[in-house]
Amino acid sequence: MSTGTPGRLLRTRRGPLLAGLAGGLLLAGFLAMSLGPTGIPPGRVVDVLAHGMVGAGQERAGDALIVLQVRLPRLVLGILVGAALATSGALMQGLFRNPLADPGLVGVSAGAALAAATTIVLGDALLAPWIGPLPFAALPIGAFVGGLLTTLGLYAVATRSGRTSIATMLLAGVAFGALAGALMGFLSYLSDDRQLRDLSFWSLGSLSGATWVKVAAVAPLVLPVLLASPFLARGLNALSLGEAEAFHLGVPVQRVKALAILLVAVAVGASVAAAGMIGFVGIVVPHVLRLAAGPDHRVLLPASALLGGTLLIGADTVARTLAAPAELPIGILTAAIGAPFFLWLLLRRPGGFSL
Amino acid sequence: MSPIIEAKGVSYRRGGRHLVQAVDLAVTAGSLTTVVGPNGAGKSTLLRLLCGELAPTDGGIVVNGRPIRSIAPWQLAHLRAVMPQASDLGVPFTAFEVAGLGVEGIGRGLSERDRLHIVGEALDGADVAHLAHRTYQTLSGGERQRVHFARVLAQLRAGRSVEARQVLFLDEPIASLDLKHQLALLRHVRRLADDGLAVVVVLHDLQLAAGMDGDLVLMQDGRLIDRGPAEQVLTAERMAEVFGVRLVAKTLPPHPWMLADERGSTFAQDALTCSDEPRRQASS
Repeated sequence: MSTGTPGRLLRTRRGPLLAGLAGGLLLAGFLAMSLGPTGIPPGRVVDVLAHGMVGAGQERAGDALIVLQVRLPRLVLGILVGAALATSGALMQGLFRNPLADPGLVGVSAGAALAAATTIVLGDALLAPWIGPLPFAALPIGAFVGGLLTTLGLYAVATRSGRTSIATMLLAGVAFGALAGALMGFLSYLSDDRQLRDLSFWSLGSLSGATWVKVAAVAPLVLPVLLASPFLARGLNALSLGEAEAFHLGVPVQRVKALAILLVAVAVGASVAAAGMIGFVGIVVPHVLRLAAGPDHRVLLPASALLGGTLLIGADTVARTLAAPAELPIGILTAAIGAPFFLWLLLRRPGGFSL
Repeated sequence: MSPIIEAKGVSYRRGGRHLVQAVDLAVTAGSLTTVVGPNGAGKSTLLRLLCGELAPTDGGIVVNGRPIRSIAPWQLAHLRAVMPQASDLGVPFTAFEVAGLGVEGIGRGLSERDRLHIVGEALDGADVAHLAHRTYQTLSGGERQRVHFARVLAQLRAGRSVEARQVLFLDEPIASLDLKHQLALLRHVRRLADDGLAVVVVLHDLQLAAGMDGDLVLMQDGRLIDRGPAEQVLTAERMAEVFGVRLVAKTLPPHPWMLADERGSTFAQDALTCSDEPRRQASS
């Protein structure tokens, strides 16, 4: 062993880091259930979580209802959405070999948003006949299909003779995003007052209205993504050298790229459907982790999921309590924190970014 | 000895042009093949065909008797490594982590400790152990190239736990190295070939190429013109015909001391044979 080499292959010990992040997530989750317009003492939260609705006292019953039917589903949804956003950000950045890549950047979010907006505005007229029995599912399904179609469209535009050009995909994403923006403007022009309110509230992003039904709709999409993404870690690490070099290292490059794109589409579609447009989680979380623990995707991907969940429920708790009993849309909060952070990233990097 | 990788009538056409045309080439264990030729001769394309990165438009590449397309990327990665011409990096890995990419997922039955050891040895072998903790982006071009050399050394070493017969491809490996490291890398490559590795290296520097042991492969306009020892391949007529440098060839300075390596054998001594009077040199 030479003197200059570290004592292990991974820069950061994965176990302690992930355990620490998981601890942070638990703590934030606990706070999120305790804090809010109705303060619930931590002891009561524990009691309710342990024993459910069973217990003496009217006050306790009220608290139990708040915790189990309002805050817990919202918490779980927040964790899922935050984890999905941060993980898809990390996947995109690995895929594009660019720390600024984000599902918002390549138009996947915009595509999902357009489809969801279409569902809101035209849903009654167009979709009711066949989706009528499942009104609560129309929006998530719409957003998911929109995200997937956008991703497949991008992929088709950017792939020539079996090779996906990342630069083309970025540029096509800009075009798709602009097109989706124009169509959304048109939709808001068409919509009536109620639809307009729905539309604007939803486009700002919010976890309000979280129910166990929503959780049940989102979890089967997001959990497989979170479980599958670590299997791409090695491929994404090798891809940082370039596609040819990754192939030389034994990575099935096209398969890794296709799988990463699919996972991003699923995760983004599901989270946009559940919580609207929440920006910057996908950029900020992986970046902070890269600074702290290095760029190895074997650490980055699971850590992003944990920190993304923590960040989003933290932001949601602030959004709920800052102007209580009114609520701030969480998308405003993440953008207000994330955008300056993003600018700071740009300023910090000498020579700027190359795509 | 049966070849490890063999090109059989391989052509590669792109945009109506033949970048590589009807090339036959067998790479056997322990052989050292140096590919030379002017710009645009198809040297790098041939390398990319041989390592499976490009699929030939005509002919076929055969690896251990099987068509290369039937072999999965991870299997190929065990039996050949490729040192690229130049490589940028999207994320801030350290030199150690870049070399470590060579052992990620390569090899069977290797413990974490084994892999760590392999990476450490490879960094030593490429003379970059002292840079292990440096971020790749802060390294000079030559240092980066040596880090990639360490990465391919690690990959080959790890792959040897699965494949005994391996090939190393190097595309202009010394382009941005200083003289000391140019000679060190070429010496290292020769030693690897002596140990049984098959090596295919594209070199631009004819003087260094002429000093390599083993065969020279001369390419022009996508075709393989000749293959053999330097004094056979790099005759004065050829130099004029292929490179169009009769005058330059004559003025190659005969300074043996400049390129002498420490073993006493000189690159330049051999390299003289590629100057204007190869016949006389060979017969004397």
